[in-house]
Amino acid sequence: MKPLLEVKELSVDFYKHGNAINVIDKVNLRINSGEIVCMIGESGSGKTITSLSIMRLIDFNSGKITHGDIELSGVSLVTLTKQEISVLRGKKIAMIFQEPMSALDPVFTIGDQIVEVLIRHTNLTKPAAREQAITLLQRVGIPEPEVRMKQYPYELSGGMRQRAMIAIALACEPELLIADEPTTALDVTIQAQILNLLKEIRDEFNMSILFITHDLGIAAEIADRIVVMYAGKVIEQAAVHELFEQPFHPYTSGLLQSVVTMDSDRTEKLFTINGSIPSLSELPTGCRFHPRCAYATDRCRSEEPELVSQSGREAACWNIEKLLHEPQQQVEPKRIIAADRAIAASFEHEQKQRLPLLEVRAIKKYFSIEQGLFKQNKKLIHAVDDVSFQIGKGETFGLVGESGCGKSTLGRVLLQLEQATSGQVLFEGKDVLRAPAGEWKSSRRDIQFVFQDPYGSINPRWKVGDIIGEPLWVHESLKGQAKRQKVVEVMELVGLNPAAYDRLPHEFSGGQRQRISIARAIALKPKFIVADEAVSALDVSVQSQIVNLMQELQGQLDLSYLFIAHGLNIVRHISDRIGVMYLGKLVEIATTDELFAHPAHHYTKALLAAIPLPDPTRRKTFLPLQGEMPSPANPPTGCRFHTRCTAATDLCKKIEPALQRIGPGHLAACHYPA
Amino acid sequence: MFMFVIRRLLVSIMVVLASVTLVFFILNVLPGNPAEMMLGPNATPETLQNLNESLGLNKSLLVQYFDYMRGFLKGDLGESFITKKPVIDQLLAQLPATLSLAGASIAIAVILGMVLGVLSAVYQNKAIDYVVRMISLFSISMPTFWLGILLILIFSVHLQWLPAIGNGSLRQLILPACCLGIASAGSLSRLVRNSVLEVLNEQFVVTLRAKGLPEKLVLCKHVLRNALIPTVTMIGIVAGELLSGAVVTETVFSRQGIGRVVVEAIMQKDIPLVQAAILIAAIFYIIVNLLVDISYTYIDPRIRSKH
Repeated sequence: MKPLLEVKELSVDFYKHGNAINVIDKVNLRINSGEIVCMIGESGSGKTITSLSIMRLIDFNSGKITHGDIELSGVSLVTLTKQEISVLRGKKIAMIFQEPMSALDPVFTIGDQIVEVLIRHTNLTKPAAREQAITLLQRVGIPEPEVRMKQYPYELSGGMRQRAMIAIALACEPELLIADEPTTALDVTIQAQILNLLKEIRDEFNMSILFITHDLGIAAEIADRIVVMYAGKVIEQAAVHELFEQPFHPYTSGLLQSVVTMDSDRTEKLFTINGSIPSLSELPTGCRFHPRCAYATDRCRSEEPELVSQSGREAACWNIEKLLHEPQQQVEPKRIIAADRAIAASFEHEQKQRLPLLEVRAIKKYFSIEQGLFKQNKKLIHAVDDVSFQIGKGETFGLVGESGCGKSTLGRVLLQLEQATSGQVLFEGKDVLRAPAGEWKSSRRDIQFVFQDPYGSINPRWKVGDIIGEPLWVHESLKGQAKRQKVVEVMELVGLNPAAYDRLPHEFSGGQRQRISIARAIALKPKFIVADEAVSALDVSVQSQIVNLMQELQGQLDLSYLFIAHGLNIVRHISDRIGVMYLGKLVEIATTDELFAHPAHHYTKALLAAIPLPDPTRRKTFLPLQGEMPSPANPPTGCRFHTRCTAATDLCKKIEPALQRIGPGHLAACHYPA
Repeated sequence: MFMFVIRRLLVSIMVVLASVTLVFFILNVLPGNPAEMMLGPNATPETLQNLNESLGLNKSLLVQYFDYMRGFLKGDLGESFITKKPVIDQLLAQLPATLSLAGASIAIAVILGMVLGVLSAVYQNKAIDYVVRMISLFSISMPTFWLGILLILIFSVHLQWLPAIGNGSLRQLILPACCLGIASAGSLSRLVRNSVLEVLNEQFVVTLRAKGLPEKLVLCKHVLRNALIPTVTMIGIVAGELLSGAVVTETVFSRQGIGRVVVEAIMQKDIPLVQAAILIAAIFYIIVNLLVDISYTYIDPRIRSKH
């Protein structure tokens, strides 16, 4: 059968200041009609560039196709004029993107943005196009489509925006849909909904999907075939089952091993691929992966391997045979170890014995929005509502929940970046929120932070050494040589080269910047660190490096962590205990193994079920959780989760369940705990 | 939306009252007695005393202030020290000339600034961009009096297309309006260029292109509207400057106008006239900015929701 899309030896150059940089090199890609092909690889591997090249959107970014061809149903896209290709865009090939907020024009209504594409590519009149747009919104699962038509992107939730994006893409029933990390910015529950929607659409329209992702769990969940890219080249291509069973390329094998699953052994260090992806301007000779490869030979260093076919799949490696004959490294997936209740009980006892390092008592944080002529109507957003928990010395407490549940706000309250509406935060027995004015400095000294965005959280105009040394200057008035000496110590501790002291942040990769953030946090030898989504923005292999680092530091410096995240796999790996938040409330607290083995709250169960498993043989056949989290300005009565809960009864609608003990070290706020 | 306008109007009224107060006290603490200035160095103490009394300058400052505010609220801005006519009539007579110059030059600045700015952004780092950037640099750094003289030399003296001086007819408006407008167009075009470039880098522009929209539509419908917010803000600021800052242009082209009246009034210490003129400028400025704020809400729905 002739494939729908065929990319043959495609090379693309970008021009910067008159210099050409080769960004993808002889990429081959085939997509049959009705097929879902996942393209995986770390950031910088050329996935997005490949997809933009297929649309010829690189034309607008001074990119140029220097070699090869792209054929869509036999028509070459490379030779088309600007006008000809723009007629195909949106009609034959459509695209959806990672961040649906920035991918929609903020100043036009959702309706206008769908109608626009219909008017462009069909003969529909405006009223007919509006009708069609409403049908489309309905198809992608947007409730009250007539109302949504008149709304602007900022008025919709992230999930709804991505659905609207899909509606725009579907408008002209394209043959190929390119989805560039379409669920990366979404919560797991919403991600599961969107993946499901995409599968439905594929079946309904027999559409092909090129799905770009860095998450192997998603690839296992949705793909028919997988293409692995590294540093601008395709290095492996295989059907999804084959690839997960036996990777042919060491890089793929490494990627598969660095996935943290719900089954992986928590006591072991996370697997990491050494080093990081090379910059395109300084590519290594020979095989581009050889500096990070355990199998590399002299041949790999000098000669670049071609992509060769072998039993229906392709790989570009000189050592496929060696890899194949290696005893299977893959550990037989251990099912979740049933938590030992006796251990949990002794843990609970132990917890009571020792003084907690941090105790949060009935913390509330309400934001008010004012409306009306004299701002007389005050509305309260219940961001954090009556949350209590404790963190012991040397413990890691994970805090999870969908975005908007108040977990970050809680973290900010602990850091005293937000003032709590009421409640207490006791740190070593002292209430830090009501500390006398003179003690604000000392109370902050022992509590440090690491934020999500490694780009936004450090000052781009400061030298690395000064960034790390600032807390030393603030708290200990260290300057000059004394500061440098201490900073160098800290840099070595987090695995940064001390020679980088005088360099600027932009010279570092995301993972290294996060190391800078961590170095700044530990510079004062604090006792407690709030890590708010500290690894969420990083690639899988880098994520593992940072998690390992944080665990090492914990052992060396006797640190306690509050680890806020929405990625449950990582939280499971690093945390001793986990708290689950929903709409400002803490709905469940348990030791990690207990929580994953016996989730009691129905929300926790749904969250766990929504995680895509990196195993194509265990695909989900059901949707874990419908709907979205209601607005915290107007939370539901009774149990806040009852609107989405399958087990909800009248009792749940009326009476709010209290957080109570249901087992050793296990608390849940549910009338009908499972 | 209605609430928003009402609230802004209430605030505006307070701003007007505050500016009247401020102007009153600032002018009164300036050194020099108006009566002395009017009578010259040879005046006897007696005539000075009389004049002070008739002008009300012998009363305490606070009493003068309340007298003035009472008149202000009744719509009476006082009489000129020099001409003894109500200042309001004197200023209103100048208003048409000033407003037509301000309006025409804003129109020129906006049209020229937008066109040049968009061109320059779309052809970033190409020949057109360099030319536009040269032009705007030229127009920003050139003093208006010199540009005015240049325009007169070229279009009135050499080509004899347009009259050099006077006010009244539309033909007489063209040169001064161009002179003022070009100066603002330069800075406006730089701003437009920057904001258009910023919007062109937004992710949603990729979406629009991926939808297959022709580049013209992407640019004129989506990018321009998104780039308009900073531009409109700038227009508000420029408009305020034009009303009072047109003195030089008015002088070069021998035009009537509030600007020139104010300058003369300041020289002669004609306090009531200065006060009234500043008041008119303040009101004009407030109206323009109210319009700017309202237009924000039409351009960007996100601002609408905040009100």
